Amino acid sequence: MSRIEIDGITKSFGRRPVLKGIDLAIAQGEFMALVGPSGCGKSTLLRIIAGLEREDAGSIRLAGKAVDHLPARDRDLAMVFQSYALYPHLTVAENIAVPLTMRRLTTAQRLPVFGRLSSRSRAVRREIDAEVVQACAMLGIGDLVDRKPGQLSGGQRQRVALGRAMVRAPKAFLMDEPLSNLDAKLRVEMRSEIARLHRRLETTFVYVTHDQAEAMTMADRIAVMMDGQLIQVGSPEEIYADPSDLRVAEFIGSPKINVAGADAARALAARLDDPGMALVPGLRLAFRAEAAKLVDPSHGGLVGLVVHLENLGADLHVHLAIEGQAAPIIVRRDPHAPRLRLDERCGIVVPPERLLAFDAAGSRLRAPQMRRAA
Amino acid sequence: MTNAVLISGASPVPSTGKRRRPHEEVASWFLVAPAASLILLLLILPLAAVLGLSFTDYQLGARAWSYVGAANYAALANDPVFWRSVGNTATYAVFVVLGSTGLGLGVALMLGRSSLLTQVWRTVFFLPVMGSLIAMAIVWEFMLHPTFGLINAALGLVGFAPVNWLQNGDTALGVLAVIGIWQQFGFNMVLFLAGLSGIPQSLHDAAEMDGAALAWDRFQLVTWPLLAPVTLFVVVISTIRSFQVFDTVHALTKGGPNKATEVLLYTMYAEGFEFFRTGYAAAIAVVFVMAMLLLTLAKVFIAEKRIHSQ
Repeated sequence: MSRIEIDGITKSFGRRPVLKGIDLAIAQGEFMALVGPSGCGKSTLLRIIAGLEREDAGSIRLAGKAVDHLPARDRDLAMVFQSYALYPHLTVAENIAVPLTMRRLTTAQRLPVFGRLSSRSRAVRREIDAEVVQACAMLGIGDLVDRKPGQLSGGQRQRVALGRAMVRAPKAFLMDEPLSNLDAKLRVEMRSEIARLHRRLETTFVYVTHDQAEAMTMADRIAVMMDGQLIQVGSPEEIYADPSDLRVAEFIGSPKINVAGADAARALAARLDDPGMALVPGLRLAFRAEAAKLVDPSHGGLVGLVVHLENLGADLHVHLAIEGQAAPIIVRRDPHAPRLRLDERCGIVVPPERLLAFDAAGSRLRAPQMRRAA
Repeated sequence: MTNAVLISGASPVPSTGKRRRPHEEVASWFLVAPAASLILLLLILPLAAVLGLSFTDYQLGARAWSYVGAANYAALANDPVFWRSVGNTATYAVFVVLGSTGLGLGVALMLGRSSLLTQVWRTVFFLPVMGSLIAMAIVWEFMLHPTFGLINAALGLVGFAPVNWLQNGDTALGVLAVIGIWQQFGFNMVLFLAGLSGIPQSLHDAAEMDGAALAWDRFQLVTWPLLAPVTLFVVVISTIRSFQVFDTVHALTKGGPNKATEVLLYTMYAEGFEFFRTGYAAAIAVVFVMAMLLLTLAKVFIAEKRIHSQ
């Protein structure tokens, strides 16, 4: 249980820079999700925190102490791997016991037969067995202890990997895409299970994922990474409602945020109180599916053609084609509202306060900045 | 297991219990015919001929021969040369299997990750596997020569008296075993290198996170258990290959001195082609083939058990 401070970490593989100066402080007991598209450097950052990879520059501090010189085994962190990385020749109980036997028994005491001769090592082994049983019970895999990993389902292997990580109460858990090998249904189940585990253990979790839904549903805070840089760090609500970069806005949230191109942006901006806004060069306006309302086309603003209706039961996503724009605009609607037909013309209105403005480079423009830019 | 996969993969109808249509039956026989006839012609028939010969008193080149029942086998059981030969072969195999497996694994672990230098070493160690053993045996003969050999010269520099390596009953079999190890370990090294590259990096990472501090701990926790199937294969292959030792014996010692390096295949060769006792040689061949068969069955049995237990 402790604070993790990441200071100016850079890393290159060959000539390709992977991390370009990452600064991040993770509070004690916090669930931090590192999220980003594949290849953004999030796994490398996790491996550097773990000590499995050396940074080129910068420093990692655990509980206030620099650990850059420490090998992975001495950092007292536990890691859950995407492939689970269970030892295939050991049973579930033996797998979970490994971190304890490695730390509490000497090499001689770990020998197959001779190791069990001394009463001291037998006592330690009994202690370890008890802790393994406790961990298994907590994860609901008590009846699997004698199985080998090859005989387990993906979800069961995942639990064993979690058990091996938590059995020795590490300072923090590092998880590298732990759910991406599971099927969709199990992934949703394990999401809440891991979140529950976090609340129960009250330990720092650093969770790497490319799935924004996992980050949104589990994390206390999300760090969004793109191209080896941290773009925004904040609570899921902040990241969703107040993204500081268009790439963040586009990456987080499902359905994807609507981005209005130049013409559409002008049509939307015309309704804004701030007339200067339309003058910002390369302005792009984005809004969430639930921010927009469909109205009669005579109301003006943006007009689109209904091209696709996606009924999800609780929500209806209306896809509208806008002239001069490749990607359709998606608007969320109550499925009980009057039925829409395909090819129907609709007006789209977005309350000005729900419009997010970005400049040509994709940086967020907030009201005062916009006035200055205009 | 592989066979089952192959058969079910090759079968045109999924195994749902449906009868295959007649023309498919014909087609499948037609398709296996080339391989089957080659196996019959080159493997089954010669083996059957050898088995048949082992029950006769046939002599190479003789016009007549007669059936003698198990007399050849009875003679074999009472032949001290044969038993000496079995003992020598077993001793040779134990040393060569242990030596070439251990050295192969050790060198593979040391070479580990690939770099340019690694590739050079890999080639160097693999050279003896590719060379002709007879030709290399002659080079060894020069090196081991009691008066002008390189090895005695080198030992002389540190004060050892010269040894007549190949003519001394105490050293001859040992020297042959060293040559066998030198010749075989490169092959085992390549197999181990392939096995090592098949171990996922995440397991090494997990061992590191789990606190495996010493190289020995990581070896014991990850490398050795995951190499087990490769090791089994290497041990069986090395055993079979060392039971087949012949070239070096033929080139360097001819079974001597005083039968100290008499090995199974050499005894068989001498009986068959020097003393022309073909029936007797055939009996030795049958015993040899049976031993190899048992070894192979043991390997299959252990490998199957391992697969099912995982």
